[in-house]
Amino acid sequence: MATPLKRTPLPAILIANDLRIGDVVFWSQSGWTRDPAAALVAHDQPAADALDAAATAGMARQEVVDAYLIDVDVREGVPVPRHFRERFKTLGPSVHPELGKQAQFAAYARAAAE
Amino acid sequence: MYRYDEFDERFVRERVAQFRDQVNRRLSGALTEEEFRPLRLQNGLYLQLHAYMLRIAIPYGVLSSQQLCQLAVIADKYDRGYGHFTTRTNLQFNWPKLKDAPDILDLLADVQMHCIQTSGNDIRNVTADQFAGVAGDEIEDPRPVAELIRQWSSLHPEFSFLPRKFKIAVIASQADRAVMKSHDVGIRIVRNKAGESGYEIFAGGGLGRTPMVGKRVREFLPKGQLLAYLEALLRVYNLEGRRDNKFKARIKILVHEIGIDAFRDRVEAEFARADAFSDDENAELARISAQFEVRNYEKLSARSETFEAARKSDPAFAEWVAHSLFAHKVDGYAAVTISLKPVGGVPGDMTSDQMRFFADLTDRFSLGELRVTHAQNLVLPNVKQDDLHALWRELGKAGLATPNVGLVTDIISCPGLDYCALATARSIPIAQAISNRFADKARQDEIGPLQIKISGCINACGHHHVGHIGILGLEKRGQESYQITLGGDPTENMAIGELLGPGLAAGDVPAAIERIVGVYLDKRADGETFIETVKRLGVSEFKAAFLAGAQNEAA
Repeated sequence: MATPLKRTPLPAILIANDLRIGDVVFWSQSGWTRDPAAALVAHDQPAADALDAAATAGMARQEVVDAYLIDVDVREGVPVPRHFRERFKTLGPSVHPELGKQAQFAAYARAAAE
Repeated sequence: MYRYDEFDERFVRERVAQFRDQVNRRLSGALTEEEFRPLRLQNGLYLQLHAYMLRIAIPYGVLSSQQLCQLAVIADKYDRGYGHFTTRTNLQFNWPKLKDAPDILDLLADVQMHCIQTSGNDIRNVTADQFAGVAGDEIEDPRPVAELIRQWSSLHPEFSFLPRKFKIAVIASQADRAVMKSHDVGIRIVRNKAGESGYEIFAGGGLGRTPMVGKRVREFLPKGQLLAYLEALLRVYNLEGRRDNKFKARIKILVHEIGIDAFRDRVEAEFARADAFSDDENAELARISAQFEVRNYEKLSARSETFEAARKSDPAFAEWVAHSLFAHKVDGYAAVTISLKPVGGVPGDMTSDQMRFFADLTDRFSLGELRVTHAQNLVLPNVKQDDLHALWRELGKAGLATPNVGLVTDIISCPGLDYCALATARSIPIAQAISNRFADKARQDEIGPLQIKISGCINACGHHHVGHIGILGLEKRGQESYQITLGGDPTENMAIGELLGPGLAAGDVPAAIERIVGVYLDKRADGETFIETVKRLGVSEFKAAFLAGAQNEAA
């Protein structure tokens, strides 16, 4: 029996790992970005379907791996993952604040920490 | 340590060349991720949360100073200046890039290292006692046997696609310092009544979601028959292990489901069909043994006056000595455990600067060889007692003289959700919080030997089941939640800890540990260690204290 596809609750963003580097990337207005604050937020199903299509295309073009949608809260205009696992994935190791996106994107890290 | 011959060298170089080609084909799109994933995993390259992760094999935990220096080079050039020693005595880099992985493997091959058998459903890196070859209590050095198994199992055509991964440990003493009974197969080198050495074989041990203590399959297997016996045992598992359900695919489930007697019967029946090749194996073991260099130990007195004088005059040194030394088989020498657990630090992490510094000390004080322990510490196996004070002073300069081996702050922790894609909760910050809570050294000494082990998911890389106090991080209603177990034991008396109650929030864990320790301090008999008190009393009083506090916190 085929399992029905579980839809990600909205709003959602598209997260993946860069194929060559492994770094966490997000789908934005202008393609893949390393900045979580620049992630394109889907507020309705057609927009989420477009993110799904971007995931499939990005993997087919060998740009990214492990691309999937995650649900977010928009805080101060910045999308922050609701689940702690994905939040850590967008920030970097909590035990090494000098590494990962938390070091590079301070404004995002502040929004995500609240 | 073992030195490669031309065949070992060629084998590793060929693997690097193959992987370089595979990476190029992946980057060009000729290979899909689905096709590529098993190939990268066969070379130890995982995809974690923030980056790829490269797991480097350290066969039976033995490293040379030169290899450690090369790991420092890789850490600086291709990673973020540090590495992480694991409970499988391997080393992980957390930030390598896929495009650089073949170059890293080439650098490893330059120092006779690789990432083979650190992933996949094959026979994994074989582990051994960290004091192998120098322990006063061992029957013989278990490393050549571990190396024999490694060579036999590398790319073994029959056992490269087992139902699930397969871990083997080899020890040679009554005391088990390698958690041998938690392995799919555990081997203990023993002597029979006639005084001949041979193998005692255990099977079906494991941690993970279904923890099991290994059961004895064979009381005494003569020398020369080990590989034939392992082949029979693995063949039974390969044919009958459950491939229908990943969570039931380890050999422990097969042994549990059919029972150890039925399992033994099948192995022995298969073994009876094997060709007798005792002479071949003995010759091969002798050849491998000869590849390990002979140590020319100096003739020294069993008692070092220099050491005794330093111990008397320098209390800080005496304090470190009390926890760090292990009896060497040669008079005048000691094996020294170096803690990678500074108070509040990340268990098992080492910076590239520390690696270079420590490699230098390894050359100066330990004949160029070091060991990695499953408890994420290091060992210098060959230190003259005369040199111990000088070594300790040097270690202190690099933050490597923490006097806490075996104490409450010597915590095993998996990487957890700070790095690992499989994790359900973080582990390292819990270890750090407990370490900070118990930082006072006098208090640690008052508590005495106590092993806390933390895993960030049910797979139990942090060995929580066999922690005197075990901590398992899970997700509960969208939050990290920590279950506490009590009474686990990783030694020859291996036991699985018992769950004390419902999960706790991260912030409540250190206080819960305090309450458990409080019961011990209150109830212990003279000279009784934590685990001895737990075994004598049972868990009920500890459970009551744990639950009472947990309710207060919830209220």
